[in-house]
Amino acid sequence: MSAPDTASAAREIKIDRSRLPEPGPARPFAFPAIEKSTLPNGLRVWTVCHPQVPVIAFDLLVRRGASADPHGKDGLAALTADMLDEGSGDRSAIEMHEALARLGAQFDTDIGSDAASVSVTVLTRFAGRALTLLADVVARPALRDDDFTRVRQLRLHRLTQLRDMPGVVADRAFLKLLYGSHPYGHSPIGNEAALAGMTVDDVRAFHAAAIRPSVATLIAVGECDHGAVVRLATEAFGDWCEASGDAVTPDGAMPAAAALNIIPRSNAPQSELRIGHVAVPRDTPDYHPLLVANTILGGQFVSRINLNLREDKGFTYGARTAFEFRRLPGPFVLQVSVQTTATARAIEESIGEIAGIRGPRPVTSEELALGIAALTRGYARNFETAEQIARAAMQLALFDLPDDYFAQFVPAVARVTTDDVSRVMARHVDPARLTTLIVGDLDVIGADLGALGLGDPVVLPPDAF
Amino acid sequence: MRRIPVTLSFTKHTLANGLDVLLHEDHTCPIVAVNLWYHVGSKNERPGHTGFAHLFEHLMFEGSQHHDRGYFQPLQGAGATLNGSTNADRTNYWEVVPSNALELALWMESDRMGYLLPALTEAKFSNQRDVVLNERRQNYENRPYGLAPMALLSALFPPDHPYHWTTIGEVADLHAVRLDEVQAFFRRYYHPANASLALAGDIDSDEALAMARAYFEALEPGDRVDPVDASASLSSDTRIFFEDRVELPRLYLAWLTPAMFAEGDADLDLGTDLLANGKTSRLYRRLVFDERIATDVSAAQNSREIAGYTQITATAAPGHTLDELEHAILEEMARLVAESPTDDEMERGRVQAESQFVFRLQTVGGFGGKSDQLNAYNMFLGDPAYFDRDLARYQDVTHVSLQQAIARYLAPSRRVTLSIVPHGRVSLAAADSERAVVS
Repeated sequence: MSAPDTASAAREIKIDRSRLPEPGPARPFAFPAIEKSTLPNGLRVWTVCHPQVPVIAFDLLVRRGASADPHGKDGLAALTADMLDEGSGDRSAIEMHEALARLGAQFDTDIGSDAASVSVTVLTRFAGRALTLLADVVARPALRDDDFTRVRQLRLHRLTQLRDMPGVVADRAFLKLLYGSHPYGHSPIGNEAALAGMTVDDVRAFHAAAIRPSVATLIAVGECDHGAVVRLATEAFGDWCEASGDAVTPDGAMPAAAALNIIPRSNAPQSELRIGHVAVPRDTPDYHPLLVANTILGGQFVSRINLNLREDKGFTYGARTAFEFRRLPGPFVLQVSVQTTATARAIEESIGEIAGIRGPRPVTSEELALGIAALTRGYARNFETAEQIARAAMQLALFDLPDDYFAQFVPAVARVTTDDVSRVMARHVDPARLTTLIVGDLDVIGADLGALGLGDPVVLPPDAF
Repeated sequence: MRRIPVTLSFTKHTLANGLDVLLHEDHTCPIVAVNLWYHVGSKNERPGHTGFAHLFEHLMFEGSQHHDRGYFQPLQGAGATLNGSTNADRTNYWEVVPSNALELALWMESDRMGYLLPALTEAKFSNQRDVVLNERRQNYENRPYGLAPMALLSALFPPDHPYHWTTIGEVADLHAVRLDEVQAFFRRYYHPANASLALAGDIDSDEALAMARAYFEALEPGDRVDPVDASASLSSDTRIFFEDRVELPRLYLAWLTPAMFAEGDADLDLGTDLLANGKTSRLYRRLVFDERIATDVSAAQNSREIAGYTQITATAAPGHTLDELEHAILEEMARLVAESPTDDEMERGRVQAESQFVFRLQTVGGFGGKSDQLNAYNMFLGDPAYFDRDLARYQDVTHVSLQQAIARYLAPSRRVTLSIVPHGRVSLAAADSERAVVS
């Protein structure tokens, strides 16, 4: 440890409460460098050296998610992902988890529309054993019939319970309204009818066709050396065979949903609202301006939507908007839970804010500066832990982003102008196309809804997905 | 066996007004966590005035005398992320700022510590009360099983015990609260001598201390806050139920247990993991994996400053009853008391504890980051250096101490048994339960 810097310690600090202190110059930050190799079977192996804490995070990303569910088998990808840790070889499901627990591992599987991932974080001294288990889970799962029956039954129970969760009901029904039978029209868990019709052979076939090395990337971040990880990965994943598989095709026409829809929930103290439409894919050239626009509209605490609905009106605990960027066009969604009596006014205000930012009330230069600053000045904090860096690297793997993506992020956001914001919002968000879904007490709010000018609400059944 | 020395280096300084300042350097990332704890929570409230500490936390984001506008805007504009939270024992506020914005964060935190009241208006107060009522609707009233904490806490702790109520508070109390009560609350609890400030990350300790002194040392200390003293005991099995908008009935078993860091706390932490957390746990294996009578099972030792409670939760699979679940859970607990845990179970518990402690060293800020931990140890133990001894508590648990803790604290005859059943399906409640009134 060096001696205290007496010069800096002695610096006189003048307190001036008449104005806020201006931040000094930003300290430089070097974004993590990713070393890359590809194994003979096509598996990409990426490592980032991040040695501050004796921890290593492994993430295995497979670019096949719920959008790869075959027709009529909604939920198969997620069920398959759920089956991965149910044993391998002679090891039972319980034995697999005992082996992970002996390493103190943090283990997780995740599935979205475009990808599935399995992550294992351990103390560095367990790195080799953890990687072997990860390979057993991903490449060599047992996929036994008895385990399948149990896991499917648990997912069916889960679906039963999700019917009671108004936010989840809203999310699932909203996807169906926006996308219909398109691959993005269902949430990963699928539905009862599809799950009930599945067999373990469906899982085995999906695993063979979708979970394969050429669409996978292994990411290791922590106290690690690229050559050593590649050697370990070669041992662990070397016999993982490539099979032929289909790419995801966006078939299924998108429906034209009604402007206003409601799933009745009697005596609900709040209404869950979703307002939005299908918008843009991740590879849009307008990505950075859209991020800035969304930050101002509904992406942070001081966004227009949250300040209006929460801080001004007190209708809600919080409101937000997002462009959900995916490989195919993802949804733009405003999401909020409001007290029942404020439902119609909250919808009116929300649509007003969405319409306003496209032109009638363009972003001001102060809002723009704040939005850009919020996205850029704290950007480095997304690269503090091994797991954060691994997640960031997964974005590059999922969306084919260039190696210098992180370094280019701040300048790309900083270049966005107020005109850019108006232009991209006018291009990608259309108030006339917005679909609104309410999960709430129709008896109480029904009369108010007529005044919105969105037509009669279409009443949907509680399982409209 | 412990293999990694796990330490969290820091220096501690107590300013003339009583404010503790904890400094930890970590230059991994050009960010600093500013983390401020006030030793006040819902346990400092009184019956009829519940929900107050948390409502007050909201008001801390609405501006202070020299910055009488939203708290978020300047900090988000500097690239910060920030939040606050209230529990029974403490209220914390944090911002993770780029290192060049440390002074801004200290300016803001010190202004609301010293000069909140001149900016506090009836309009702000009334707006945030509406927001909190909506928070309560969203997270408790409109959520399946969301009122379980209300029922459990009120059955575990007597009405005059400050853990009898939840931090979110009673709706009627939130409606009744007046602005002058808010002002008195601030004067009593929100002052330097009742607070602890941790700065962790890309700082020069001397410079950061000088800055903390400059912004905080002139603020007036208030009177020392006396510790809250209360006791609770259970002498029987209190069996209650209520109906909720749920599809599957759920069973909660709860016991009064030792406080945070007290003897038995770590044993119960590991014991509940061994019993019911993760696929390797005994109850998961039996209830979910083998017999398939439950859809899920979990357990936690919820340790708080002056008392704790352990809770086991399981949801019945369709076609199975809460009585079946209760029987199986009690049988497994009795078996754990009668037969020693296996060596493998103990070793897994120890290595998982070690890993979790090391994982926690990865981040300077946010809930649970290094700055938050330093403040927790400082506030509850007066000893921010407790990190490695905290881990040692877990490494020192033995087969016998774990068995003894389960036997002593989780007795079947002194507990609360709560059933939450679907509306109109009262017969699904565990046998001999009485209706509880919850809201």
